[in-house]
Amino acid sequence: MKYSIFSLARAALSSHKNWGRAWRDPTPKKQYDVVIIGGGGHGLATAYFLAKEYGIRNVAVLEKGWIGSGNAGRNTTIIRSNYMLPGNTGFYEMSMKLWERMEQDLNYNTMVSQRGIINLYHSDAQRDAFARRGNTMRINGIDAELLDAVEIRKILPFLNYDNARFPIMGGLMQRRGGTARHDAVVWGYARAADQLGVDIIQNCEVTGFQRSNGRITGVETTRGTIGAGKVGMAVAGSTSRVAAMADLRLPIESQVLQAFVTEAIKPLIPGVVTFGAGHFYVSQSDKGGLVFGGDLDGYNSYAQRGNMPVMEDVCEGGMAIMPMIGRVRLLRQWGGIMDMSMDGTPIIDKTPVDGLYLNAGWCYGGFKATPASGLVFAHLLARDEPHEEAKRFRLDRFRRGAMIDEKGQGAQPNLH
Amino acid sequence: MRIACPFCGARDSGEFTYLGDASPKRPAAPLDGGAAVEEQFYDYVYLRDNVAGFTREYWYHGGGCRSWLIAERSTTTHEFKSVAAAPGAGAAKTAQAGER
Repeated sequence: MKYSIFSLARAALSSHKNWGRAWRDPTPKKQYDVVIIGGGGHGLATAYFLAKEYGIRNVAVLEKGWIGSGNAGRNTTIIRSNYMLPGNTGFYEMSMKLWERMEQDLNYNTMVSQRGIINLYHSDAQRDAFARRGNTMRINGIDAELLDAVEIRKILPFLNYDNARFPIMGGLMQRRGGTARHDAVVWGYARAADQLGVDIIQNCEVTGFQRSNGRITGVETTRGTIGAGKVGMAVAGSTSRVAAMADLRLPIESQVLQAFVTEAIKPLIPGVVTFGAGHFYVSQSDKGGLVFGGDLDGYNSYAQRGNMPVMEDVCEGGMAIMPMIGRVRLLRQWGGIMDMSMDGTPIIDKTPVDGLYLNAGWCYGGFKATPASGLVFAHLLARDEPHEEAKRFRLDRFRRGAMIDEKGQGAQPNLH
Repeated sequence: MRIACPFCGARDSGEFTYLGDASPKRPAAPLDGGAAVEEQFYDYVYLRDNVAGFTREYWYHGGGCRSWLIAERSTTTHEFKSVAAAPGAGAAKTAQAGER
């Protein structure tokens, strides 16, 4: 069913009791052309683009829980393309352009809201660095504006501009950045992929790979063996565990990142704001809660929960730029498992195992990349060669010394 | 998470800094030893087992005794099985390569 004002009116006549399923719940077939492991945003977007752009419709997405139950449902919903290094700039801007037409493409309200993102700066040196970043973005056709404190104050009058240690001197703004509804992105891709013939199979955990002459021929799952021409992995924090079943070791560590949401308040924060002297970022959801986060906990973890020291650190960052946040009560806090790569940049490539393809290393920036990640991974799976915008995201870049280290931290994942 | 430092007792994990997996060992071969040595260094610097379960890892007690420690900790439950001084801990000299 196509969603429109007419379908809404029609459903209203029966008190919205006859909407029907948004996607099927199929029994897995014996064989697929492509099996994608992981029913998060990236896996579902990959299946959608495989069917839509590359004509490969005999596709299954296998999800061990329910779709969107991992990081796709745990992130802070920010979309932006304010990157500086070659490889990242083009890729994330392509993603931003896909966000801008997502709702029309998917016929689904993913609540994409380009309300702007502001990265605050607190020193002359940081202003210079942000000016450079902004100029790099503009050379690459990405919008960026360097604002001084007077201009920032018009947008965000409630910040503490006179913090003695970290005065707010201005910010780098990307007006096209903003937020989107994370669950709706998952559901929108699931529904659109399903309509193109993709099987979305939930409660189906992959427990091993089937191989013949070194080539992957299928996957073993909790719902039986499923044959596959090609297998794509889009399993984020579980990447190393799944790869280990194919005897692969990867340049990835799994670490926990926490996020927080407060009780709902009236509209206050117009867009996304980030603190430049610590690690704190905040936006306001459409329900009114302040959604914020900060640094990784800093140790390897698969536990999907974090610890108090980082909660304290994040809240201190919030208090530093926005003291009024101390008056609002924290409603919920949770953790997700990040696939931290050794240079802070994703890996989208074939693996040394024939027939197995890798989409991983998103660190804590995977949500904004969802549409572009799906498109380039579908391209790789369909054509066996990297998409133009993902050709720097190769697995062998560490061996070649061609890292894309946006933060310049080296091979220490907890610092990215 | 509390970490039982062998010198200071159980302390809040905020006092500690994490380095990572203690199992990679710096190759003994000189850096300019050719392709085979490069491969060893690539493995040492970049590749990780990233274990789900108990793993040995380096922690630094910067907010206490400033010792390097090796802890056995589960990455799935955050439970600690043991915490001991890393080789060379407490000595005022630079720790050996691979045992920072």
